Amino acid sequence: MSDVADRVKKIVVEHLSVEEDKVTENASFIDDLGADSLDTVELVMAFEEEFGIEIPDDAAETIQTFGDAVKFIKEAQ
Amino acid sequence: MRRVVVTGLGLVTPLACGVEETWSRLLAGESGAGPITRFDTTGYGTTYACELPRGDGSNGTFNPDDWMEPKEQRKVDEFILYGLAAADQAIKDAGWTPEDTDALERTGVLIGSGIGGLSSIADTSITLNEKGPRRVSPFFVPGALINLVSGQVSIRYGFKGPNHAVVTACSTGAHAIGDAARLIQWGDADVMVAGGAESPICGIGIAGFNACKALSTKRADDPTKASRPWDADSDGFVMGEGAGIVVLEEYEHAKARGARIYGEILGYGLSGDAYHITAPPPDHEGAERAMRAALKRAGLQASDIDYVNAHGTSTMADTIELAAVERVMGDHASKVLMSSTKSMTGHLLGAAGAIEAIFSILALRDQVAPPTINLDNPAAETSINLCANAAVKAEINTVQSNSFGFGGTNACLIMGKV
Repeated sequence: MSDVADRVKKIVVEHLSVEEDKVTENASFIDDLGADSLDTVELVMAFEEEFGIEIPDDAAETIQTFGDAVKFIKEAQ
Repeated sequence: MRRVVVTGLGLVTPLACGVEETWSRLLAGESGAGPITRFDTTGYGTTYACELPRGDGSNGTFNPDDWMEPKEQRKVDEFILYGLAAADQAIKDAGWTPEDTDALERTGVLIGSGIGGLSSIADTSITLNEKGPRRVSPFFVPGALINLVSGQVSIRYGFKGPNHAVVTACSTGAHAIGDAARLIQWGDADVMVAGGAESPICGIGIAGFNACKALSTKRADDPTKASRPWDADSDGFVMGEGAGIVVLEEYEHAKARGARIYGEILGYGLSGDAYHITAPPPDHEGAERAMRAALKRAGLQASDIDYVNAHGTSTMADTIELAAVERVMGDHASKVLMSSTKSMTGHLLGAAGAIEAIFSILALRDQVAPPTINLDNPAAETSINLCANAAVKAEINTVQSNSFGFGGTNACLIMGKV
């Protein structure tokens, strides 16, 4: 697994208090990992902070799964 | 009017987490004061306060993880955590966890706070300045709003009745209990979870009250001696933190389900000083009117009162309150017991009136008035027994709790045996 994926997974595990093996490629933050809409806002902020990138609101709305987040961050870097 | 009784109690105080743990330490005259550990007090006028005894949850210590999942704690200011902890205790104590829709819709929550999420506001303001608006947490607002204690309790237990909050500075806890009782009296609810929660011990809280010249500053050498109501050597109040929550219930409702009844809310009086933003008037006639209003509502005479839990903050206002109580009590003054439990807990601001209503109810239950500690050199002569430095065993049938707040807002609760 890439370094980006590891770091994203760590943030997701910490913020949503979920088991690491639940954070799979297609795991949806809201449907599978118990997040609500405020949690997803906070997650995106944590990604921005960790990777020093800016994720505009309309882009943030497309980040629904762990895989979406990793893909977006890799492209943004 | 429907009668309202108290069927559950919950306490998170600087003496202990838990009702019996706090009460036994209170009767023993222990102080909850010590050096502030929550932040670096270098440069602050006051370096001590009454912080919660934190620990693993044993022996009366407060362990946040016992009351809220760590993941959720991050999303709320500490006053909400304290309020939830005290509410949990009170609801379990009352044995009131209904599941049917009607009962849930007839159960409400009315928990206030004097200031709310002060440290969250201060910390978020720093984040805003250092990192910009895009770094402000989505949990900042719902984690700092005062009515979110009531909101969180209702969400946790499914209570769908009136959901309300009081903000009247240091009268908050008393007003919350009094107003909640009225909602039951008027039939808006059958059960109300009511009280106050506060977490003011942070840099901006201490600096702000220091600037008001309200806090004790001279007892860094021995903070346990700093809160000394009615003592000539008092020099300001000692900040406290925590929460006090009661379960109030319509009398027939409580009786029908066989609930244990601690006591009845007999009277509730309110008044305003219309005088000054922080100081009471020299005669505190506003306090006197609140006390007389509570007696009138209770249909009692001053001579019926056995114990008064005073507002008594360890400031110049103590002797002013004492004189107002003396006027209300008249010839009965020499038979009244009065103490300030703030001498031990410090001043919990918006939670003070609630924890003190609970202490008054426990005085009723155990027939003992808690002491006023550090009362070594009385600032004024009085015929009232101020329970100096030792709890007083007595026949106690009716109790009164006074609370006064910045802005000139006064509340008085009278409670008695059923």
